[in-house]
Amino acid sequence: MLKIRNIHVAYGDLRALVDVSLEVGEGELVALVGANGAGKSTTLKTVSGILRPSAGAIEFAGEDITRLQPHRIAALGIAHVPEGRRLFPEMTVLENLEMGALRPEARKKRKQSLEWVFSLFPVLRERERQPAGTLSGGQQQMLAIGRGLMSLPRLLMLDEPSLGLAPVLVKHVFEIVREINRQGITVLLVEQNVMQVLRFCHRGYVLENGRIVLGGRGTELLNDAHVKESYLGI
Amino acid sequence: MALLGQTVICGLLLGGMYALIAIGMTLIMGVMKIINLAHGSLVMVGMYVTYVCYRAWGLDPYLGMLVAMPVLFLLGCVIQHFLINRLLEVESVLPENQVLLTVGISLVLTEVIRFIFKSDYRSIATPYTGEALLVGGMSISIAMAVGFVIAMVFTYLLHLFLTRTDLGRAIRATAQDREAAQYMGVDARRVTVITFGLGSALAAAGGSLLLPLFYLWPDIGHLFTAKAFIITILGGMGSTTGALLGGLTLGVAESLGATYIGMGYKDVVGLVIFLLVLLFLPHGLRSLVRR
Ligand SMILES: Nc1ncnc2c1ncn2[C@@H]1O[C@H](COP(=O)(O)OP(=O)(O)O)[C@@H](O)[C@H]1O
Ligand SMILES: [Mg+2]
Repeated sequence: MLKIRNIHVAYGDLRALVDVSLEVGEGELVALVGANGAGKSTTLKTVSGILRPSAGAIEFAGEDITRLQPHRIAALGIAHVPEGRRLFPEMTVLENLEMGALRPEARKKRKQSLEWVFSLFPVLRERERQPAGTLSGGQQQMLAIGRGLMSLPRLLMLDEPSLGLAPVLVKHVFEIVREINRQGITVLLVEQNVMQVLRFCHRGYVLENGRIVLGGRGTELLNDAHVKESYLGI
Repeated sequence: MALLGQTVICGLLLGGMYALIAIGMTLIMGVMKIINLAHGSLVMVGMYVTYVCYRAWGLDPYLGMLVAMPVLFLLGCVIQHFLINRLLEVESVLPENQVLLTVGISLVLTEVIRFIFKSDYRSIATPYTGEALLVGGMSISIAMAVGFVIAMVFTYLLHLFLTRTDLGRAIRATAQDREAAQYMGVDARRVTVITFGLGSALAAAGGSLLLPLFYLWPDIGHLFTAKAFIITILGGMGSTTGALLGGLTLGVAESLGATYIGMGYKDVVGLVIFLLVLLFLPHGLRSLVRR
């Protein structure tokens, strides 16, 4: 579904991604893990078209999207739930959700998608009329994911959805992510919570200093000596 | 007492029309994060369009406005698309330089209008010029009352547009978080172009409503830039409701100044308020409520 081929991305002189390649197959839940500053967010922003690779190519559903404008990429059905939630703080919960459903396919099904999102996150229904900026951290994350789902994405990219949440909420968010994937949505999940995420993803990639150093099935990576030493503290 | 009442009411009416202009500036600031120092010149160009409609075809300014608004909408779109957005593509140019660019645009607009119309003072005389309503011993100019009502109708329509339509919401979303709006599939560039067009159309509307009340000459634009800027600061930068309150406040202050200090001090009052707000309420009138 998504194929990233040998991309290089730089911020001025700083090389943030070097020869990064990864793939996400239809229906998969793939994790991209790595420490702070490894280049995980940069990878997602490049897929979304906010950043441009200096070399390499990105393909989505057989189409080359490397040079497409961000809004065109979103229109193809790639939803990006960014790091730090990035809600529209002065808009209500409902307005935020409706903003998620701009692409024509999603706009037609707004009502049904709303019901679906409310069934996944009942708390959002109660807060429907509240400005997004007044929600708690956990609720904001749920709204951010819900807003992404409103576009009825073919690929959902989540950037550190567990960031800043209490452990119970982290567990809850991961359960929801698995549930979304079980319902047939392809997911690319970026996380620093290596141990938990590798347990349930189908496949994972480890990013270090802008390079992919390992890739494989989640359980394989959990047993990898380098992963154990660097990320699990074993 | 009647004098005070009349002064305050005139100020509110005038302020409603100023607010319409300032809301245009506020919209542009919200989305582009720049102060548009060409805003008053766009008001001025809009006034000339309405003026020409009046001179050439005898069109009432309230109808001429319906010509000036689309003309200014297009002019605004062109400015954003071909000048301001172009500037952003040049990486060596700092974003702040967009503000300098708007100063340049304002000078060009002023001089082009001066070239065509000379610096002469112009005014229009409609059947209702000089007519007034007498309410409880107060005399209220018809042009002011009508202008105020139309300004409020436009403000309300704009509110509906921004809250009820996808495009309006895309504008608000882009103002609140441009990157996130792009993730939703919003074409941010197109939004900037439409926003500048919309802001310019509102400037034209406000200018046309004020045309029966003001003398018109090319440099009047700078006066409106100053007013819109003061109101935007009063309104706490970027809030439409704030701009409305700021407009009414400035109108009343100017009106009180003109009545009780002297006609010539009208604009000085605005500037004094501006300085006081910058010093004591840097976040505008809102900081009074928040405290
Ligand atoms: N806007 C930016 N400008 C310059 N450098 C940046 C910018 N964003 C990220 N970086 C740098 O790029 C590298 C990768 O960052 P990022 O992709 O955000 O990492 P991660 O998401 O894995 O924590 C880091 O060294 C970071 O400091
Ligand atoms: Mg990150």
